[in-house]
Amino acid sequence: MKNSHEHYYVPSQSAWPIVATFALFFLAFGGGILINYGSPLLLTAGVGLMAYIFYGWFSKVIEESHDGLYSVQMDNSFRLGMAWFIFSEVMFFAAFFGALFYVRTLAMPWLNGEGDHAMTHELLWPNFIGEWPLLNTPATSSSVPSGLPDPFHLPLINTILLVISSVTLTIAHHALKENDREKTIRWMAITLVLGVAFLIVQGIEYYEAYAHLGLTLESGIYGSTFFMLTGFHGVHVTLGSIILLVILMRLLKGHFSADKHFGFEASAWYWHFVDVVWLGLFIFVYIV
Amino acid sequence: MKERSCSSAVLIILAALWSVSAQADWALNMTEGVTEVSRSIYSLHMQIFWICVVIAIAVFSVMFWSIIHHRKSVGAKAEQFHENTTVELIWTIVPVLILVAMAVPATTTLIEMYDTSDSDVDIQVTGYQWKWQYQYLGEDLSFFSNLSTNPDEINNKVEKNKNYLLEVDEPLVVPIGKKIRFLVTSNDVIHSWWVPAFAVKRDAIPGFINESWTRIDEVGTYRGQCAELCGKDHGFMPIVVQAVTDEDYALWLTEKKASIAAEVAAAARVWSLEELMVRGEQVYQKNCAACHQVGGQGISPMFPALKASAIATQAEQRDAHIKIVLEGRAGTAMQAYGAQLSAVELAAVITYERNAWGNDTGDIITPQSIQSMLKSK
Amino acid sequence: MTSAVDHHHGPATGMTRWLFTTNHKDIGSMYLIFSLLMFFIGGSMALIIRMELVEPGLQVVQPEFFNQMTTMHGLIMVFGAVMPAFVGLANWMVPLMIGAPDMALPRLNNFSFWLLPFAFFMLLSTLVMDGGAPDFGWTFYAPLSTTYAPPSVTFFIFAIHLAGVSSILGAINVIVTIMNMRAPSMSYMKMPLFVWTWLITAFLLVAVMPVLAGTVTMMLTDIHFGTSFFDAGGGGDPVLFQHLFWFFGHPEVYIMILPAFGIISQIVPTFSRKPLFGYASMVYATSSIALLSFTVWAHHMFTVGIPLVGELFFMYATMLISVPTGVKVFNWVATMFRGSMTFETPMLFAIAFIVLFTIGGFSGLMLAISPADFQYHDTYFVVAHFHYVLVPGAVFSIMAAAYYWMPKWTGNMYDEYLGKCHFWCSFVGLNLTFFPMHFVGLAGMPRRIPDYSIQFADFNLVSSLGGFLFGFSQLIFVLVVVKCVKGGKKAEAVVWEGAEGLEWQVPSPAPYHTFETPPEVK
Ligand code: HEA
Ligand code: HEA
Ligand code: HEC
Ligand code: CUA
Ligand SMILES: [Cu+2]
Repeated sequence: MKNSHEHYYVPSQSAWPIVATFALFFLAFGGGILINYGSPLLLTAGVGLMAYIFYGWFSKVIEESHDGLYSVQMDNSFRLGMAWFIFSEVMFFAAFFGALFYVRTLAMPWLNGEGDHAMTHELLWPNFIGEWPLLNTPATSSSVPSGLPDPFHLPLINTILLVISSVTLTIAHHALKENDREKTIRWMAITLVLGVAFLIVQGIEYYEAYAHLGLTLESGIYGSTFFMLTGFHGVHVTLGSIILLVILMRLLKGHFSADKHFGFEASAWYWHFVDVVWLGLFIFVYIV
Repeated sequence: MKERSCSSAVLIILAALWSVSAQADWALNMTEGVTEVSRSIYSLHMQIFWICVVIAIAVFSVMFWSIIHHRKSVGAKAEQFHENTTVELIWTIVPVLILVAMAVPATTTLIEMYDTSDSDVDIQVTGYQWKWQYQYLGEDLSFFSNLSTNPDEINNKVEKNKNYLLEVDEPLVVPIGKKIRFLVTSNDVIHSWWVPAFAVKRDAIPGFINESWTRIDEVGTYRGQCAELCGKDHGFMPIVVQAVTDEDYALWLTEKKASIAAEVAAAARVWSLEELMVRGEQVYQKNCAACHQVGGQGISPMFPALKASAIATQAEQRDAHIKIVLEGRAGTAMQAYGAQLSAVELAAVITYERNAWGNDTGDIITPQSIQSMLKSK
Repeated sequence: MTSAVDHHHGPATGMTRWLFTTNHKDIGSMYLIFSLLMFFIGGSMALIIRMELVEPGLQVVQPEFFNQMTTMHGLIMVFGAVMPAFVGLANWMVPLMIGAPDMALPRLNNFSFWLLPFAFFMLLSTLVMDGGAPDFGWTFYAPLSTTYAPPSVTFFIFAIHLAGVSSILGAINVIVTIMNMRAPSMSYMKMPLFVWTWLITAFLLVAVMPVLAGTVTMMLTDIHFGTSFFDAGGGGDPVLFQHLFWFFGHPEVYIMILPAFGIISQIVPTFSRKPLFGYASMVYATSSIALLSFTVWAHHMFTVGIPLVGELFFMYATMLISVPTGVKVFNWVATMFRGSMTFETPMLFAIAFIVLFTIGGFSGLMLAISPADFQYHDTYFVVAHFHYVLVPGAVFSIMAAAYYWMPKWTGNMYDEYLGKCHFWCSFVGLNLTFFPMHFVGLAGMPRRIPDYSIQFADFNLVSSLGGFLFGFSQLIFVLVVVKCVKGGKKAEAVVWEGAEGLEWQVPSPAPYHTFETPPEVK
């Protein structure tokens, strides 16, 4: 395996991809059926199949990696693949951030009678007074929240949790490089706990928003951007935590070596990405 | 090779066709229109067009010349050169200069088009699925403008007239020589108010007002169409504008207001079932048939049937029936007709729906009852 | 240890070869066949549109079905025919051109492909749903596509998600392959242009497909979960939808043309027997087009009422794109100049591409002039523009590529006579179909209408006849492909006299596994 170009491992036939397409198709079509016709059957099948595939496909990859089939070049493919995947995720969030900026800097002032569309306010929404954070909406039919989450309470706690978790993950990484397995596992476990703590705090925050503040998905554009941005971020934290858990279990099983541990690094990249997105959220959704 | 010259012949013919057409009447080319803005847009259009034609001729003559002379079958030997910085710089910089030359007049025209200040007449134009509403601001005058083409023409049962699909029951009437500002918006989906002769095209965005303006030079009737896909009958919501002299405009304003007053007065008298049915059918065909269909059968599941429906047949649903017609249903294509139709029209169309297509309830809805319901709101 | 793995075998037999394959050539073939199928389905819908528009009046279909046809035609052609065809070509040719044994992530590759049939099954299934298929145009502007949409919109949204996942994963695979799998001496500036253009295209895909996914997700929550992204009443804005859509949509149209530029840049030098003129400037031009494409999206929205400064900015930025594109056209012409040309079918398609794409580009430039676009927008002039860049642009380049590489794929020469017939019928049919659309557009015929006023009748008749000629000519192509797969004159390794590049160093047909050890470059 010295000359990395000489033997690039091309896996032979595999059933996993096509089964995975079935799983994803069930998820998508099942999602449609659930929403339109109220039956969760196909969706559930999709979720089950998907879980099975994640387990099976990744086990296979891990096995191959253990058999030493992967060259340095292969490792690099995985790295590049992961990096570009994270870039695509960044662009996904960019769409929602874009929506937020657009609404705040253009749409709301127009509805308010500022800028180019002064007549909008005069003729269509004469009673609307808009100010970000937008509690009331032009059409009064949407539910109006009585208040907003205080950024320097739960969200600040969450920011601290996530930032620390990035640090602890890095400590774990260094420990792994120094081949200190026990230390790695310890800090990895701490990272995971922090991740779960974040999710719990966010759960509390959502509960308060719905139950006490009346801030919901239906509260006009503020509620929409708030819940969609933090919600998708939460989904990513959940995913990241699951990945961390898997890595932790692999560490316990004795996987990874000091110089070859791409699985670990990939999960770390993902986690840092989730962390950075949160910082963006904390600033633009909560504070400013 | 024969094919080569054949293809160049086709090209030359096509190019010729386009350039001839460019000077021909507006069935082939953009209209020059009847406003200053429309004329500057037309000349902008022709300028860019000719620039493109010239560039095309230059580039393709080199290409076809090579194709004819540097072909293997006439013994051409390939050279091996593959770059030349000077040439490459030239054909980067020259196009930039050409573009700058185009951008200058375009910018001036655009700035002109965006200046909606100091208007003489303000008209709010609201798009509905699938008609236009015109409100003369400050005049207390507002009406709807519907397609008036005979459905038999559309369905190929009778000969089509020359304004086929470009005719309406109530055209927009405006004075010439005045700066008219259009405040364009929509009640449901996005439409676009377009009259080619004025070079005015503005999207009607629900919840926002877009501004645009024109100053018409000549008396005449100008026709346009909705220019944004807005659902099923997007192809059937034309625009007709009558530009008239100042005096005629003043006259028209008085007459129009008088006829609206007469309609209101008619609500006070007693209407028989037959009268309401006759009137109701007209109103229904004009306003409702697009969705609920001529026979009242609707289009499942988008547009509910009214024929034999609970709401139009059961006595206890009578008020619900009136209510949905007056108030519409938010977030659906069903509009609030209370603000669009007169009390007589509303009474007539509801009576019609409760008695047509075998819905024979015998109910009579009076204009007075509609009026009191409208007031109580 | 590696020798223990048996990846030296040929293809498996039976269905599993196709279902489970990890071979880039098999997957490439499947993409190509799938896209041809979609081309015929989308094309048949176009023919329904043309049938309705033969003359004024409603004759063949009802307006609501007409809108469904327009929408599905656009969606299927863009996402089902053109994009997968290019991905198929990338799968087949990129590893061969850079001397790689396969794509970098072969199983992911299989996954990306198989998602597509499912996505399009889902999209097509909406045709039989209550309320019909999506009817809001391939641009699905809110609120027509949200509040006022038929119930099947939910399935449309999820179908877009699936197709999007497929595109993103496919694009990641291409990027990784190109960045990581090149033969050792294949530096970036030695890569064939098809590889370069695909690298940049893949970058565009990874950058904008997620934005589309986010956008349709907002639609979904607006429809079903009470959010108000596109509803002014809740503080949102329907125009926000358009910004998001076109931020994806404009790069998307370059996704459909950059690989075409790459193909033409391979074919023209081959048949001119002369190196490509200005290789480096081609690379820079492609990159500038890609970067600029992120800054021009609102040229589709000149009439929605964006502020004056925005209008001016987007006008200037859009006009600028003509410069790098012009560089490409000039380079191709300079490549032909003083060459030694022959005109086999791929070259015919390539020349037609250059001429007709340029015409489409010029009408694009006219559309870019914002004040003039107030008259052109949403008329058949726009329809003419984009069919000129898409049909003799994207589709012709795909045809050219298919003829160019078919001998390499099948090992047999295609029937040159039939190929030329296909070309000439297509060429005539296409111009008959789309050229008159310029005239009716300028004369004021709006797009997306099932019926029109009588002054547009003559040219629409011509368009319809041309559409049928063009459509049925494509059956010749099917014939050519079938004949070529079945047999014919055996092709040599270097199929074309002037051809250069690694793909011509392997025998024809290309063996199931190629370049298991990397080749020497130059
Ligand atoms: C492959 C797809 C493709 C490509 C390559 C292009 C290329 C271009 N397009 Fe096109 N476009 C579409 C696909 C494409 N387009 C589609 C699908 C739509 C409609 C979407 C919808 O609404 O459904 C559309 C719509 C569209 C619009 C919106 C029109 C409207 O709705 O009102 C505009 C406006 O600016 C535009 C502009 C351009 C420009 C300036 C280019 C430029 O890239 C062209 C550059 C090329 C040239 C200019 C020719 C060669 C150059 C030279 C020979 C050099 C010398 C020239 C000069 C300096 C003048 N396009
Ligand atoms: C790459 C993209 C692509 C391609 C290749 C085409 C190809 C064609 N398009 Fe395209 N078209 C679009 C992309 C494309 N289109 C888009 C994006 C829109 C906008 C949609 C919107 O407004 O939302 C559009 C809109 C559009 C319209 C405007 C509709 C409207 O505004 O209402 C029209 C009208 O003529 C049209 C016609 C055609 C025709 C005749 C072809 C021909 O080239 C098709 C050739 C035909 C075939 C290939 C058919 C072959 C079939 C047979 C021979 C029959 C045998 C059948 C079987 C064996 C099953 N198209
Ligand atoms: C643009 C389309 C459109 C037009 C025009 C239209 N409607 Fe409707 N109508 C609808 C839709 C959509 C609904 C269903 C609303 C819902 O979801 O509850 C509806 C519902 C109704 C109902 C209630 C049906 C039921 O069973 O609940 C009545 C009554 C009705 N419309 C009467 C009318 C009348 C009278 C007119 C003309 C003056 C009219 N409609 C014009 C689209 C339209
Ligand atoms: Cu209204 Cu199209
Ligand atoms: Cu564009």
